[in-house]
Amino acid sequence: MSAAVPSMPGTRRFALLRHGRLLTGAILTGALVAVALLSLLWTPEVPTRLRILAKLKPPLSEGLLGTDQLGRDILSLLMVGTANSLSIAVAAVVLGAATGTLIGIVAAMRRGALDALLMRMMDAVFAFPPILSAMMLSALLGSGRLNATVAIGLFTVPVFARLARADTKRILRRDYILAARGAGKNAARIAVDHVLPNIAGAILVQVTIQLGLAILTESGLGFLGLSISPPAPSLGRMLADAQTYLTLAPWMALAPGITIALIVAGFNLLGDGLRDRLDVRRDVSA
Amino acid sequence: MLRPVLTRLLGLVLTLLAISAAVFLVMSVLPGDPAAIMLGTSARPDTLAALRSELGLDRPLPLRYAAWLTGLLTGDLGRSVTYGVPVAKLVLAGAAVTLPLAAMAILISLLLGLPLGVAAAARRGSAVDAGVSLFAQLGIATPNFWIGLLLILVFAATLGWMPSGGFPGWQAGAAPALTALLMPSIALALPQAAVLARVTRTATLEVLGEDFVRTARAKGLSRRQALWRHAVPNALLPVITIIGLQFTFLVAGAVLVENVFGLPGLGRLAMQALAQRDVTVMQVVVLLFATLAIVVNVLVDLAYLALDPRLRNAA
Amino acid sequence: MCGRAADAAFARHSLIMFAPGDAMTILMLTTARHSLRFGLAALSLALAGHFAAALPAIAAPKDTVVIGMGIEPTGLDPTVAAPAAIGQVTWQNVFQGLTRIDQDGKVQPQLAAGWTIADEGRTYLFKLREGVRFSNGVPFDATVAKFALDRARGDDSTNPQKQFFSVISDIEVRDPRTLVLHLSSPAGNLLYWLGWPSSVMVEPSSADANKSQPVGTGPFKLASWRQGDRLELVRNEDYWDAENRPALRTATFRFISDAQAQAAAVKSGDVDAFPEFGAPELFASFKGDPRLTTSVGDTELKVVAGLNGRKAPFDNPKVRQALMMAIDRQTVIEGAWSGYGTPIGSHYTPNDPGYVDTTGVYPYDPEKAKALLAEAGYPDGLSLTIKTPQMSYATRTSEVLQAMLAEIGVQLQIVPTEFPGKWISEVFKGHDFDMTIVAHAEPLDIGIYARDDYYFGYDNPAFSKAVAEAERTTDTAARLALYGEAQRMLAADVPALYLFVMPKLGVWDAKLKGLWVNEPIPSNDLSDVTWDE
Repeated sequence: MSAAVPSMPGTRRFALLRHGRLLTGAILTGALVAVALLSLLWTPEVPTRLRILAKLKPPLSEGLLGTDQLGRDILSLLMVGTANSLSIAVAAVVLGAATGTLIGIVAAMRRGALDALLMRMMDAVFAFPPILSAMMLSALLGSGRLNATVAIGLFTVPVFARLARADTKRILRRDYILAARGAGKNAARIAVDHVLPNIAGAILVQVTIQLGLAILTESGLGFLGLSISPPAPSLGRMLADAQTYLTLAPWMALAPGITIALIVAGFNLLGDGLRDRLDVRRDVSA
Repeated sequence: MLRPVLTRLLGLVLTLLAISAAVFLVMSVLPGDPAAIMLGTSARPDTLAALRSELGLDRPLPLRYAAWLTGLLTGDLGRSVTYGVPVAKLVLAGAAVTLPLAAMAILISLLLGLPLGVAAAARRGSAVDAGVSLFAQLGIATPNFWIGLLLILVFAATLGWMPSGGFPGWQAGAAPALTALLMPSIALALPQAAVLARVTRTATLEVLGEDFVRTARAKGLSRRQALWRHAVPNALLPVITIIGLQFTFLVAGAVLVENVFGLPGLGRLAMQALAQRDVTVMQVVVLLFATLAIVVNVLVDLAYLALDPRLRNAA
Repeated sequence: MCGRAADAAFARHSLIMFAPGDAMTILMLTTARHSLRFGLAALSLALAGHFAAALPAIAAPKDTVVIGMGIEPTGLDPTVAAPAAIGQVTWQNVFQGLTRIDQDGKVQPQLAAGWTIADEGRTYLFKLREGVRFSNGVPFDATVAKFALDRARGDDSTNPQKQFFSVISDIEVRDPRTLVLHLSSPAGNLLYWLGWPSSVMVEPSSADANKSQPVGTGPFKLASWRQGDRLELVRNEDYWDAENRPALRTATFRFISDAQAQAAAVKSGDVDAFPEFGAPELFASFKGDPRLTTSVGDTELKVVAGLNGRKAPFDNPKVRQALMMAIDRQTVIEGAWSGYGTPIGSHYTPNDPGYVDTTGVYPYDPEKAKALLAEAGYPDGLSLTIKTPQMSYATRTSEVLQAMLAEIGVQLQIVPTEFPGKWISEVFKGHDFDMTIVAHAEPLDIGIYARDDYYFGYDNPAFSKAVAEAERTTDTAARLALYGEAQRMLAADVPALYLFVMPKLGVWDAKLKGLWVNEPIPSNDLSDVTWDE
């Protein structure tokens, strides 16, 4: 998994590439988030509006990016689809990060049987790739926003739990923790005052990287019809529709795919850049 | 050495047991009655009741779980509710597509990712390095099913070189079957290759910087010799880890890619079973995927133990 | 099979190459460098006039076919499960009934050679055919027929159309060739019902395994089934009707769900026929191809937007009528299925005998619709939900309805509802919906509106009486007149918005003959399919 992917150490001639990473990532991500936010206020067309007579029109002939099989404006669908994907990814990763970090810190500080039990549970959860759990959960929750959020969030829990546990253990060995214990601080205080601030950087980097993965996963779920329900636009479902009309309207397949790749690359670059900047230990989850 | 291995194996068994219970529970409380799906909208209540009792759906849950688990352990995976054939037959047929697909994808990603990573490390800072870095960034960010769509668009729909999907079956001969799997496995492999290139590059650079390599260099080993004799072999350890960790993603990716290319593999089987509420098939396929993921992770752990003596005591 | 297909392709190719020129010259030029087969093919063409009879490799007509289907059957026993795909593979090919339904939707004798109806329609006496055997060798007689019908109507029956048989009070085996059905009341549709896939004849020793190993009296039997991919039938060489043995030796059904892949398979020749092609937009792309034939027929799939008559606002007929007038069916068909499809005004298709065109009862008129809505007490419009299965026809139709209803001030919210699972529990059984949309697949099922607990909540004693009367009437003309009356009542009362009949978009190799254009019952009857040389 990408969590374990170390960043590239510095290059010489292409140093700009390295230092530019944070900036490039920030610009890419910022721009796409801005587009997503804009879609809440304005889109060129109402994304769900059908213009049957203007269906399957190529880019520029009807709207900037053309229309789909129902005559909907692809640019508008793309903007709202991006907003939907982002909101699901953010909700899922924030949920997963909060739960996972809590579990990781508790496991590291309590150690012993609880630690073993929690980490075995994390192993079990980690065995279900999000697509698999989304398939199972869709039967319970119905396929929709909630299903996708829970399935993706669930998978990130063990990632954050392992990361938080490893970092917490490292910090617990430091002298000032011993001093704090000596001063009679209880475990909860130590966790809040000393552990959290020290692992926050690593968690933040991991959140950024997991956001990229979550976007990828959400698009896959959308493609299979397991994410946000129609008629709400979704990048993955746009690609599923596009497959049917691949020969007739290839533009339907291009725009959503490129958008997904740009968002994910944006988050990855941002994560790498942050890691360099915050000087976070690299091989976090191995 | 033995103790950590045993601990892990025991943990594995317990985890699998917990997973089987979870899968069974979730699948059994599905809303949506398989009997109603099979009999359609004209079915009378007495007909539905007859079918439910035939399928054993009227027995209490714990009993059904116990029977299911006993069946699994004795090799009886049950019968598909919708197809009426043994689940084992369906799963085997699906695995005969999915496993070769995954194997080909791993092979392609290795063939592509390793040389790219080594080349980037060998010419650190060069245009090659920058190119590999760009490939890695793009590859990691691109959804594999979209790559699949693009491959179909270019090589099947436009050029007509490749079939746009479907699977002729192994009985049609190895060549047509492998041809049918080629584009799907490339779609699956490209993102993995990007990850591997990145990991290989970093790992190689790290080994090149270590003391024993510097000593060897000082003794007159050329940079090239140092690279191939020391750096690359030692960089393989993290690469193996990554392949293990990526396995889960490969399986998930196979579900998508099989849908894009219409391959009758395990992923498609699972999606079909889900739509038909074919609970017996769903349970086995989900359990199989989860088991594969866990077993591979434990194997990676054990390989690490065997290869890296420092970890044996630390565990 | 692959070799044979290659040979056929090769023969076709060489025909095109050599037809205009002097074959002997070309032959001399090519033999040296080309394969022996290439030379032989050219030779056979050059000498065809002299030795036509001696060259079977070229003269033998093709006797295999590959049929594409979008949906795979779930199991192969049409007597225990409802999905139409089961009948589309097995009915008439593997299984046969006492009667059958032909291309025009008419009842024809099959395993029953003839019948007499007595006792004012309460007794049916069937004369069964001699010499009929199942593909496992078991002979078919009246005892077997009684077993099959008892299995369908008994307490343990899981037959999806069990109600068909409820009218039968007793089955009598008078002699091995004579079967007598005693009915509790006359049933005008009995012969038609006995022609359905769910009424086919099965025999005791194989019946339980039919789901995966079907054994019937039909001209084909199952050779292999690779779930998720393909199914192969082979000709039953011991078929009882020796004179009408099918021309095809094998028939393969391939299951391809994605429309783009369906089109690719047809164009590349991997599939000879797609009798029900999935994507109307791509259908137009076959039109220019001289190698292919396209046909647009009617199915029995009635796309109908059900209105919940049990509660407000649809307990008020004026609201239902207003909504019907807000819909331009032709635009719906345009949007949902690229203009292919036939508008309907009630729950009846032009395939069915006794069809009455009722699309003019409430023609498209948004102004009148608005006025009627105001009259019904909704001058400011309405806000409604429509529970929509996630199938493309349903989603698209809902989206078109949404746009049209907005014109008369009705805000329609689309609620995707997983089909069949969730739809059956929420809409069909739970009656928890405002509007919904489903394609009703069963032929001649107008009687569902007379059922007490059916999901529309339509309650019209006059309608129920007409349908009950029709079902009792054995005289065809009188029965169809009653069905006409029933259609007019539905069109006037609008218990559901009647939209269109899904077309059967067929595309196949131009040399393939004998596939049905219309689909009065879900089927792919291959018994008369041949290759034209």
